[in-house]
Amino acid sequence: MSISIARLAGVVGAVGAALVFTACGSAMQTEDADRIVVYSGRSEALVGPLIKQFTADTGIAVETRYAGSGELAAQLVTEGDKSPADVFLSQDAGALGAVSKAGLLAPIDAPTLQAVPKQFSAADGTWVGVSGRARVLVYNPTLAPNPPDTIDGLLAPQWKGKIGFAPSNASWQAFVTGLRVVRGEDGAAQWLRAFKAQDPQAFENNVAVRDAVDSGQIALGLVNHYYLYELIHTKGADAVTARNMFMAPGDPGGLINVAGVGVLKSAPNPEGAQAFAAYLVGESAQKYFAQETAEYPLVAGVAPSAEMPPLGDLQPPEVDLSQLDDIEATQELLAQTGLLTN
Amino acid sequence: MTGRRRPPALLLIAAAAVATGTLIPLGYLAGRALERGWPFVVAELLQPRTAALVGRSLLLVVVVTAACVVLGVGLAVLVSRTDVTARRALAVALTLPLAMPSYLLAYLWVSAYPSVAGFWGACLVLTLVSYPLVLLTTLAALARVDPAQEEVARSLGLGGIAVLFRVTLRQARAAIAAGALLVGLYVLSDFGAVAAMRFEAFTWVIYGAYRSGFNPARAAVLSLVLMVFAVALVIAESRARGLAASSRIGGGSPRPAPLNRLGRWNGVALLVPAAVLVAAVVVPGVALTDWLLTAGPRWNAAEWLGALGSTVWLSAAAALTSTAAALPLGVLAARYRDRGTRTLEAASYVAHGLPPIVIAISMVSLGVLLLRPIYQREPLLILAYTVLFVPLAIGSVRAAVEAAPIRLEEVARSVGRPPLQAFGTVTARVAMPGIAAGAALVLLSCMKELPVTLLLHPNGTDTLATRLWGYSSVSDYAAAAPYAAALLVFAAVPTAVLGMWSTGSGGVRGG
Repeated sequence: MSISIARLAGVVGAVGAALVFTACGSAMQTEDADRIVVYSGRSEALVGPLIKQFTADTGIAVETRYAGSGELAAQLVTEGDKSPADVFLSQDAGALGAVSKAGLLAPIDAPTLQAVPKQFSAADGTWVGVSGRARVLVYNPTLAPNPPDTIDGLLAPQWKGKIGFAPSNASWQAFVTGLRVVRGEDGAAQWLRAFKAQDPQAFENNVAVRDAVDSGQIALGLVNHYYLYELIHTKGADAVTARNMFMAPGDPGGLINVAGVGVLKSAPNPEGAQAFAAYLVGESAQKYFAQETAEYPLVAGVAPSAEMPPLGDLQPPEVDLSQLDDIEATQELLAQTGLLTN
Repeated sequence: MTGRRRPPALLLIAAAAVATGTLIPLGYLAGRALERGWPFVVAELLQPRTAALVGRSLLLVVVVTAACVVLGVGLAVLVSRTDVTARRALAVALTLPLAMPSYLLAYLWVSAYPSVAGFWGACLVLTLVSYPLVLLTTLAALARVDPAQEEVARSLGLGGIAVLFRVTLRQARAAIAAGALLVGLYVLSDFGAVAAMRFEAFTWVIYGAYRSGFNPARAAVLSLVLMVFAVALVIAESRARGLAASSRIGGGSPRPAPLNRLGRWNGVALLVPAAVLVAAVVVPGVALTDWLLTAGPRWNAAEWLGALGSTVWLSAAAALTSTAAALPLGVLAARYRDRGTRTLEAASYVAHGLPPIVIAISMVSLGVLLLRPIYQREPLLILAYTVLFVPLAIGSVRAAVEAAPIRLEEVARSVGRPPLQAFGTVTARVAMPGIAAGAALVLLSCMKELPVTLLLHPNGTDTLATRLWGYSSVSDYAAAAPYAAALLVFAAVPTAVLGMWSTGSGGVRGG
């Protein structure tokens, strides 16, 4: 059996050519008026059913790309005006802010913007919030029967070495950005240095922090409110030890961040994209977020899941979410105080 | 004497094209790093935390590589040069941890034993998934060592252990160095294990800069630092390999080497492979079963089969392309070693030391700028896999062609066969199993790959790895478990093929 390398090369070449050919073929089919491409920083398990419902209700087909919000923001900024995306659905305001800052987002239609209280959308109207999440302290009642409800309470000696956080997580960094807005650079640096002196434990993400608190590996964790409800949905309330502590009124630790949606300036189908954004602030989508993801609906008249305090009762710090895109300075500060990669 | 001949121009052009292709990410990085000007680059480099980061990552590379060399070489000797029980089955089983994606193994370990997290946890997981790279290259090399030398050494009165260190392993040192290089590069670029183990190595920081910072310039500067280390590793390896020529001619057909009798040490010798298999297979297997049992698997058969199908075909296409791309360079490196071919070969390794997210972002940039029609289509994804994994294939092609005796090919040419035909009918035939093993290694790596797949996969096409990521990112382990299981079972197939080939040709007999 003599194997000719030339023949092998020929086969490989033919396969390659066939691939390019099929790809061009499928590229040609994509110019379809009733179709949008969504870059989703929220996972398919969370928003997949909602997107299917959108297609059923509007007849607009959706092609979705799922990845982390940060990766997709980096991808959109790299793609620039050549992006195939119509819509960016992001897990947090910071990623939307970064894409907006790069000048890639078009204004959201006025009726869509007006459906949501204006503190939950971009000041310049380039993106709109669709659901809210509060920063909370998740705690293990056995290890921490009386958890603090302010970020300064975390600095008490008894919590040394007992606090978990996710240094590379976008929500944590959004909290720090909010802290800079509320207390100024010096005030934020002062708190962060004191926090670092508490020897907090770094985790890869919020899920890992929550699981460590629930299993009793650690007493307290700085996370978003819905991680606990996710765990309750999966394991059942009886099997879950951890509890949420919502922060005191005005405390910087109680920042309310949003998941939001932006329409790309370069969108091949701008009407479809605006229809998608409008759908997400409609009643059915808002109810979906309340029930399925345990987040706060942002539109008046839709109630959150029963186990959570109503949105109106939370008094978050006054932070303009558009300011949360200044993550670079936040990372710089975190690095200087030794909380990020040091 | 092989270095005296001038390499054929066609081969050189093809090899140069492939090496240039693998350097695309480098060009992108340089552009990104410099877009804020030199002062920014210098300021980033001189940060004390950059030095701390370098120290941490180097420590990880040194510890893991050393552990892999000890474990890989030791186990290779055990299964190919001793009469340990169930040698052949043991050899195949010991290659299986290679099929385990580092992120999955790390996550399963942490979910079973949370306290393992940290530097030593990262070392444990990275060693378990990468020691087979040393095991495989060493086994292949041991098979080629002419047993006549070992027999002579024994007849001159040297004991088994002295023969092992002074004769056998000396001849395998090029292969050991090649395996160690792959391990070092893998450790530099791995993200999954260090992330799950919460050890802040280079890749964690680079990912952080991309994921939550949208700060491509800082990520690019750090990536370039990482690449300096990749280059240093490649140079160190080529030094270590020295002039060890491993081609064998004469001495007739390959014969089994003499085995060392273990006698009553057999049981003790079995403890090491048993411990490795418990850590790499049993512990994660139990944890995975636990995931499956906690909530009962929710198995969406159509979605699962779809992901499996795309994983297999995309990985197979990438394995084929990578192997084809590796042929010219691998043959040059084996047959015409000079400064030029060495540089080309080293260049192709460099991108392998970069974290895949960097390759992914640079391919996004290349895709939208130059290859718009295939952007987010299968061909660009396959191209990206090729850039990422061609070094694996080049290593295998080079080793396989080096082992095939050049004289036979020269004889074929002397009787009038044209060079390409002489290569095809003689060398390629002998080297084919080794080349196929390289293709299997690429196949396996593609099946496990996540960051490049996430950014470049066609909309609506999911792989096992992207599904696993999707479900585990919302901590839906019950839904994630069937994908994790499929990834393990199906990635084990090419691994077993690799293992069988290495042990079949590696003098691991009977048992």
